[in-house]
Amino acid sequence: MNEVTKERWVKSGLYVAVALSILILPVIVVWVGVNGFGALSWEFLTGRPYRFEYGGIFPQIVGSIYLVGLCTLLGAPLGLASAIYLAEYAPDNRITQTVRFFTETLAGMPSIVIGLFGLQFLVFWLQLKTSLLAGAISLSFMMLPWTIRASEEAIKTVPQEYRHASLALGATKWETIVRVVIPAAAPGILTGVLLGMGKAIGETAVVWLTAGSGLEAFVPRTLRSPTGSLPMYIYLLATQGHTTQGMQNAFGASLVLIVIFLSMSVTALLIRNYYLRKLGR
Amino acid sequence: MRSEDIVSRILFLCASFSAIVVFLITLFMLREGIHALNWDFITGMTWKPGRNLFGIVPTLVGTLTVVTGAIIIATVIGVPSAIYLAEFSPFWLRNIIKSTVEVIVGIPSVVIGFFGLMVLVPFIRDNIGGRGESILAGWVVLAFMILPNVITLTEDSIRAVPRDHKEASLALGATRWQTIRRVVLPSASSGIRAALILGVGRAIGETMAVLMVVGNPEVPWIPTSILDRVRMLTSTLAIEFSYVEWGSQHQYALFAIGVLLFFLVTILNFVATFVIRRRNLK
Amino acid sequence: MREIRYRKPVDPFEELTFKDAREKIEFDDFDLWYGDFHALKDIELDIMSNMITSFMGPSGCGKSTLLRAINRMNDLIPECRYKGEIEIDDVDINDPDIDVYELRKKVGMVFQKPNPFPMSIHDNVAYGPKLHKMASGKELDVVVERSLKEAALWDEVKDRLEDNALSLSGGQQQRLCISRALAVEPEIILLDEPCSALDPIATTKIETLMRRLKEKYTVILVTHNLQQAARVSDMTAFMYLGEIIEFDRTRNIFENPREELTENYITGKFG
Repeated sequence: MNEVTKERWVKSGLYVAVALSILILPVIVVWVGVNGFGALSWEFLTGRPYRFEYGGIFPQIVGSIYLVGLCTLLGAPLGLASAIYLAEYAPDNRITQTVRFFTETLAGMPSIVIGLFGLQFLVFWLQLKTSLLAGAISLSFMMLPWTIRASEEAIKTVPQEYRHASLALGATKWETIVRVVIPAAAPGILTGVLLGMGKAIGETAVVWLTAGSGLEAFVPRTLRSPTGSLPMYIYLLATQGHTTQGMQNAFGASLVLIVIFLSMSVTALLIRNYYLRKLGR
Repeated sequence: MRSEDIVSRILFLCASFSAIVVFLITLFMLREGIHALNWDFITGMTWKPGRNLFGIVPTLVGTLTVVTGAIIIATVIGVPSAIYLAEFSPFWLRNIIKSTVEVIVGIPSVVIGFFGLMVLVPFIRDNIGGRGESILAGWVVLAFMILPNVITLTEDSIRAVPRDHKEASLALGATRWQTIRRVVLPSASSGIRAALILGVGRAIGETMAVLMVVGNPEVPWIPTSILDRVRMLTSTLAIEFSYVEWGSQHQYALFAIGVLLFFLVTILNFVATFVIRRRNLK
Repeated sequence: MREIRYRKPVDPFEELTFKDAREKIEFDDFDLWYGDFHALKDIELDIMSNMITSFMGPSGCGKSTLLRAINRMNDLIPECRYKGEIEIDDVDINDPDIDVYELRKKVGMVFQKPNPFPMSIHDNVAYGPKLHKMASGKELDVVVERSLKEAALWDEVKDRLEDNALSLSGGQQQRLCISRALAVEPEIILLDEPCSALDPIATTKIETLMRRLKEKYTVILVTHNLQQAARVSDMTAFMYLGEIIEFDRTRNIFENPREELTENYITGKFG
């Protein structure tokens, strides 16, 4: 077999590999869509769980949204501030290296360990109890490194020329960052935050230990109330359910979760695409 | 000038927050786990909380087995995919695929686990054997979960190879594949290795999806076939925490597992960074 | 140390330019290092107002560094140190008590590659005045219009002020950058090879603009284009390896240089 033929075989192999890699997305979406569509009804989306396998998922939907919303409110600004420091102010020394190392460590931390930490520290030590607040703060620990990575990259992509132009007009470094750099990096930052939110809404291990059993029949009333969430609901029904209704509800909840996840992720990518095209890059 | 200093300090505080969190995690994990981290824990072959036996070996073997198989599968599928993306794909297609991969990273693991439980497990049970819940199922599910990470990092490493190297090879008459095999891949090898190490790290820490498909027998044992059910470090933690007694040795043992996980993942991160730094020095 | 002598004016039109000129910027025994590299050596220079002064010389001679010393943009480079004085209106700008941000308001800069912000044309020009709280709301619009007119760009963009600045041509972008610098009401304008990225027609427009600007401002130009220096500037400083070799009226530099080095450069013996 000569080199040219070998090259063709190799290319086919590569095509197969790529196809397999992205296979998982359409397969999951279609599978959930087909099986879950039947479960969708007004009662299902607005009702409450009843006797474990029956009823609706309204408290779970709201719980998930509250969790992710609060987690973003806490984690995104902090992550952005950290990214600004790392990208614009941090000197090239040991301290900075250490900070970066710890950020990377946090990024790689298994979600169950963060959940465990949230349990010990937030739920017990700080007496927050199993609650929306504890769950949201724990999720923000996960969101922090994602936001830092995406924001730092977005900030670094902003051309130096803009900074020089601003400084030459008499702006301070901070004014330059706030008025020129961040607005220019905003699409990238927003994309990163949205993708992070998409990941957060599907997080199970963390909320399992900190936010609530998952089958709460009520929408959380205060920050200290336990809260249900879609991922927990799905997990419980999928592993412990034995009726067809239960399975169907699990599918329905999965579909809702996937839909919310996809809307956030796809919006994030559309934003990025739009702005990349706008700036002609 | 002075206000710039204040800004810089506040931002530094924000940036150290991650470090503070990691520090706190270490502290809290060790505080509890230290009670159970002993020789029996590390070398014990039996895990029976009811009898106060907390040997971690079978569970550890479970994790290592599933992770090893998964990383092999992920390498076989992921590295060629990365090669395609970096070297062969047209610009617009690369963007679409990379965006898709970014979305895949975030797919809720519980839904993937659900799929594994409802589709993969019965498939294995009916067509290959065993209970369906097995190491094999774990391999497939975990491989697909770490695939996007492996692809992204590997692709970055391949793209980082300087163009001149490639052009020099092509100018000498080599085909693209020859160039990739002999020039690009060796040059990117440390980056690829780092990508795989980080993939292993991610695999070790993955909880939900594998939890739902590997079986988690009541008493963990060392598997003898890929159709066996196993326990993993992460799944043990997740499951047993629901019924653990507070203040008991059982609880300390679970925290010890947490420490072990944390430790493993951090070491892997460290090694990966080291591998990349070595490459940069060359 | 070179003595700077102004020879008696010959041309009455030239006389007009030099008549009311006063010292605006004075370099006194100024040296600058990037790390160990001695970039500027023993600079003694008087730059007069209402003129175009150009810094000219081969690559690496320090002309850009000298220019950037005037608005202290060199401060951004961490390994940069300097000694000596630079006085603008008899005030040493390197004094630690000086507000460098006010300095940069007073001394505007236009860069080699046009660098408008990724914002609308209006917001680009309004950036400076807004920042320094010089105007707001409707007043800003007045300032924007005035600055764009001063930079000879108004007619071309008046109907599309909200358009993104990056949609303009290179020459227009550069005039936008000039307009942006003018909006903060500087006294001195520094231009670092402003036309090197532009086509000949755009270059001509900017050169015409510079001649108009000198009526109101002190204009300093760095250029590697000899013909441009000859065409446009009133005074020229020829630099080589960090030193000022010769500084005189442009006509003298080009028609009757005193130093051999200057003559060699002008006749193209090196460049």
